[in-house]
Amino acid sequence: MIIFKNIIKEYNNGVKALNNINLHIGKGEFVFVVGSSGAGKSTLIKLLLKEVEPTSGKLFFNKKDITKVKNRKVPIIRRKIGVVFQDFRLLPNKTVYENVAFAKEIIGASAKEIRRQVPIVLSMVGLSKKASSYPNQLSGGEKQRVSIARAIVNNPTVLIADEPTGNLDPDTAGDIMDLIMQINRRGTTVIMATHAKDIVDSMQRRVIALSKGKVVRDDQRGVYDHEV
Amino acid sequence: MTMKFRILKSMIKQGFVGMWRNRMMSLASIGSVTSALMILGMVLILILNINNVTNMTKEQFDEIHIYLKEDITDEQIDTIENEIQNYEGVLSVVFQSKEQALEIMKKRWGEESDLLNGLEENPFPRSYIIQLEDIKYADNVVSNLEGLSGIDKIKYFKDIVKRIISVSNVIKNGSLIVIGILMLISIFIISNTIKITVAARKKEINIMKYVGATNGYIRGPFIIEGILLGTIGSALAVILVDVAYQYIYKILNNRLYVFVTSYMVPSDDIFIDVVIIFMTIGIGIGILGSIISLRRFLRV
Repeated sequence: MIIFKNIIKEYNNGVKALNNINLHIGKGEFVFVVGSSGAGKSTLIKLLLKEVEPTSGKLFFNKKDITKVKNRKVPIIRRKIGVVFQDFRLLPNKTVYENVAFAKEIIGASAKEIRRQVPIVLSMVGLSKKASSYPNQLSGGEKQRVSIARAIVNNPTVLIADEPTGNLDPDTAGDIMDLIMQINRRGTTVIMATHAKDIVDSMQRRVIALSKGKVVRDDQRGVYDHEV
Repeated sequence: MTMKFRILKSMIKQGFVGMWRNRMMSLASIGSVTSALMILGMVLILILNINNVTNMTKEQFDEIHIYLKEDITDEQIDTIENEIQNYEGVLSVVFQSKEQALEIMKKRWGEESDLLNGLEENPFPRSYIIQLEDIKYADNVVSNLEGLSGIDKIKYFKDIVKRIISVSNVIKNGSLIVIGILMLISIFIISNTIKITVAARKKEINIMKYVGATNGYIRGPFIIEGILLGTIGSALAVILVDVAYQYIYKILNNRLYVFVTSYMVPSDDIFIDVVIIFMTIGIGIGILGSIISLRRFLRV
């Protein structure tokens, strides 16, 4: 469902972030993207979110060529992709419920739909009791659960997680991984960029390793690092 | 449809919130729109009144009075009349005999007209009063008349009209420049005000983009904020200009300057026009201001 074909991305300042990437990510797959800082993980994600355009190559999403998309059409693609960030990016002046409802409001969902679906998603991430709390009253793990709830409330086909456990202690990180796995089992494709070696090693999932803008390894049941 | 309405409702609400959040800048924006439009209003009223005066006095100005020499014959007079009738733009030519001229003068002098009775000889010349279709023909007709023999004097009022028009043109052009500058300042201030709202909501906008909000949805509240600032500014200007004009009108009326106010356009006649003009310009300034502040920001 996601195909990178000979993708090259060179930024205006001359930095070649991605150099001839060829990838095929199937529907419902769970993929780790690993690599040191500057390896090209962020650029890979930005390409999918249409934040940047590739310099050359082709990019397909759901069988559609999205290499070049008109600005007007970008939101339509983004609605099919949920995103979770390391720093949660919640709105501090909105409650948990409102933060999640916000994602539905801005795509024009009716009040009825919002009232029906937001509680379902909140119970899925285990935050029903915290619905009326504000982000500053939550722990890091809870904040990340809210951001996951927001990412999936519009039923995306792909969930992109950019270092979702980066700010969390190992136990909480484990809980978040369980939640992401659960979402994956429901059929959502998951692409997770991470530095967390122990998580990658324990999950035994597909691992795409990037280095200096190239795919250096793509194993179906991979680990973080071969050399170890 | 209901979805669009719901979105619009939340946008309007956010527009108000944004305006309230930086009250001082909003006040500055409203003030700048108001002052630009107030000056526009004054100029507009001035021009309207000048036009009114010129229109009302035009009938007095589109006449040409020619006085004939004493020694010309009746045949010559007939030729002159026929000649004049053929000129372009001449509506009518009326002959005034010496006796008629004397009668008119007597009427004008009223009680002192007895003085005229003592005259041994009628001193008034024979004359023609030429009525023009429009004042614009005056120059041509006069230059033709100058070529005729038997004419003593030509009197017409083009000069006065010309002066009024040129004065009003100077006022018009000068104030257009001032208004233009004030409008640019208003746009600049509004765009800065909205930039502050945008900055305050940067995080929210960022999230909106990732969740797939359309650019229109993101821009909407800011454009509405601009429209609100422009609308309030122009509404204030309408009220202030109207009150000021009515006040001046009343003072002049009370102080027996009725001859001035009789030439003035009553404020009711122009109120609707002023409202339409002000609202259009105010809203236009608001929209422009917000578009300028958003143009660079919302790319991603």
